[in-house]
Amino acid sequence: MKIVVCIKQVPDTNEVKLDPVTGTLIRDGVPSIINPDDKAGLEAALALKDQLGATVSVITMGPMQADAVLREAMAMGADDAYLVTDRAFGGADTLATSTTLAAALKKINYDLIIAGRQAIDGDTAQVGPQIAEHLNIPNVSYAEDIKVEGNTVIVKRQYEDRYHTVKVQMPCLVTALGEMNTPRYMTPGGIFDAYRSKEVTIFTRADLDVEDSTIGLKGSPTKVAQSFPKSVKAAGVKVTMDSEDAADYIVEKLKEKFVF
Amino acid sequence: MDFSLSKEHEMARTLFRDFAETEVKPLAQEVDETEEFPRGTVAKMNKLGFMGIPVGKEYGGQGCDTLTYAMCVEELSRVCGTTGVIVSAHTSLCAEPIKKFGTEEQKQKYLVPLAKGEKLGAFGLTEPGAGTDAAGQQTKAILDGDEYVLNGSKIFITNGKEADIYIIFAMTDKSKGTKGISAFIVEKGTKGFTFGTKEKKMGIRGSATYELIFVDCRIPKENLLGAIGKGFGIAMTTLDGGRIGIASQALGLAQGALDSTIAYVKERKQFGRSISKFQNTQFEIADMATKVEAARLLVYKAAMAKDTQKKFSLEAAMAKLYAAEVAMEVTTKAVQLHGGYGYTREYDVERMMRDAKITEIYEGTSEVQKMVIAGSVL
Repeated sequence: MKIVVCIKQVPDTNEVKLDPVTGTLIRDGVPSIINPDDKAGLEAALALKDQLGATVSVITMGPMQADAVLREAMAMGADDAYLVTDRAFGGADTLATSTTLAAALKKINYDLIIAGRQAIDGDTAQVGPQIAEHLNIPNVSYAEDIKVEGNTVIVKRQYEDRYHTVKVQMPCLVTALGEMNTPRYMTPGGIFDAYRSKEVTIFTRADLDVEDSTIGLKGSPTKVAQSFPKSVKAAGVKVTMDSEDAADYIVEKLKEKFVF
Repeated sequence: MDFSLSKEHEMARTLFRDFAETEVKPLAQEVDETEEFPRGTVAKMNKLGFMGIPVGKEYGGQGCDTLTYAMCVEELSRVCGTTGVIVSAHTSLCAEPIKKFGTEEQKQKYLVPLAKGEKLGAFGLTEPGAGTDAAGQQTKAILDGDEYVLNGSKIFITNGKEADIYIIFAMTDKSKGTKGISAFIVEKGTKGFTFGTKEKKMGIRGSATYELIFVDCRIPKENLLGAIGKGFGIAMTTLDGGRIGIASQALGLAQGALDSTIAYVKERKQFGRSISKFQNTQFEIADMATKVEAARLLVYKAAMAKDTQKKFSLEAAMAKLYAAEVAMEVTTKAVQLHGGYGYTREYDVERMMRDAKITEIYEGTSEVQKMVIAGSVL
C-alpha cells in the first residue's frame, strides 16, 4: 500500500506575534514546524506502515526551506519526499495550492492520501478536500482514527456531538485531526538517514501538467484583505432562571440591542 | 574553518531538546528527591535509539557520530544531570570498549543489545583502594579451566544494579603491575556477582551508584575483553571517550543553569526594576555565557577529534577539565543570582549546582586531566 501525506511548513504560532500596525504575522526569527494536523496525519500513516508494511511518502508545496519539514518527516520514518517549489507557485490561495498539489500527486502513485485538517497559519481547512476533488477521489475529513482493511479505509469521522464510522475504497483522501494521536519522535539514526541517504524529489513548474492561469497568484480567486487579532470579549452577564422567564429575558435583551 | 553545525546536527539538537523538555524535565525534581532511577525515561530512550547513537547500524546502533552523542548527553543534562550520566556511562564506558576491543562474537552477544537499548551497561574500575591510583587493582581474576574466577569489589559504579552488562577490570598477574590487569564482560545475575551499598550522594541522586561484590564469580573465558594483560590500556582508552560524555554533561548543566538564570533575572524585580537591568547582573551573565560557549567549543572539538584522529586524549582532557570547572562556576553563580530563592528546591539551580560537582571528580578528577594535558604538552 502506498500512502502519501501532504504536509505544510508553518511558523510555530505559539511563538508568533502579530505586528500591531499591519496585523500580519511577524515571521522573522520564529521557528518553523510541521503543521500539527499534518504531523498527526503523518503519524497515522507511519502507524499504518508499522502495521501493514505500507510505504509512506511526504509532499509539500513551499519555498526551498520547506525541505526541512520533509527531512523531519523522513527522520520520523517516511520513506521519501517531494518538494513542489517554484516562484510560479508563489502567492497561491487554497484553490491554486490544491491545483498545484493535485498535479504533483498525479505524477506519484498513491492508494491513500492523508492531509491535515487545516493549517495553523491559514486555518481554512480547504486544501485537503479540494485536492480530492481535483483528483476525483472520495474524501473523508475530520478523521479521529484511520484503519485499513484490504482495500477499504475505515475512518472515525468527528462531528461536534457524535462521530460517524465511514468506510471508503482506495484511492481516497482523508484529512486528519491534530488530536487523533501523539506523533512519534524522530530518531538520531533517522535524522542522519533523512539527510544522508533518503531522497527529496523536486517538482518545479516545468514538471507539472497545469495551466499558468490556475496556479500561483494568477490562479487565486481569493485574496487576504486584512488579518487582525480577535478583540477580547468581556465575560458577559450570566443569569440563571427557568425556561419561561429565560425566553422573556432573551427577547427583551434582543429588543434592547436592536436585533428585533 | 566552519563552526556552524550541519543540518542533521541542528535537527538532532531539536530532537534531543524536545525530548528533554517534554519527557525528562517534568521528572527531574522528583528523581532528585526520591533518588529513584528513572526507568520510565530510560525505556523511552531505549525505544528511540538514544542508547546506541555512535554505534554502527550493523550492530543495532543509530549510525551517528560522537558529536551527535555528545549533544544528546548535553541536552539531557541541561534539564537533568542524572539522565545525562545514565546515557553517558552506558554508551562511552560499556558499549564503546566492546565496540573497540571486542571479538565479533562479543559484539553480537553484547554490543547489539546495548546499542538497541535492550540492555543497560556499566563500567567497574574503581575500588576502595584504587581511585585516581587506578592501577592499584585488588580484584583478582584467576583462570580455572574454561572459566575465570573473580574475587573482589568495586565501588561508586554508575548504573550499578540497574545495568545488565558490566565491563570489569581485575588483576590477572600481580607480578606485572599495570600490565597484569585485564578486562572482562560480566553479566548481572552471574552466580557470585552481587550488589552492596547504594551510595547516598550530593547530586545526580537518581543515578544508581552501587558497590559491586565478586565472590568466586565464574565467567566463561570467552568473556575476556581484549588480550590478557591489556586491561589497563583498555580502561584508559575507554576513559578518554568517557571524558567527552562527562564534559557534555557538564556543558549541559552549565547551559541549563544559564538559561534558568536569564529567565529569572528578567522576571525578578528589586528596587523598582528587573534585576537584569543592573550592571553586576549583566556582567555576571556575560561572563557565564562566554565561558559556556568556550566550553562548548572544546567539547565539540573533542567529540569530532574522537571520530577523526587516532589519539584524542588531549582534546578530551581539556574539554572535561574546562567544562567541569565552568559547570561548577556557572551553577554556583546561578544560585547566587537567584538569591534566596535559588537556595530552595522550588528552583532548579540548586540541584544543578549539586549535580555539577561530580563532573570535576569522576572519570578522572580535574587533577588527573591536568596530568594528561601536561603530559601531552610538555
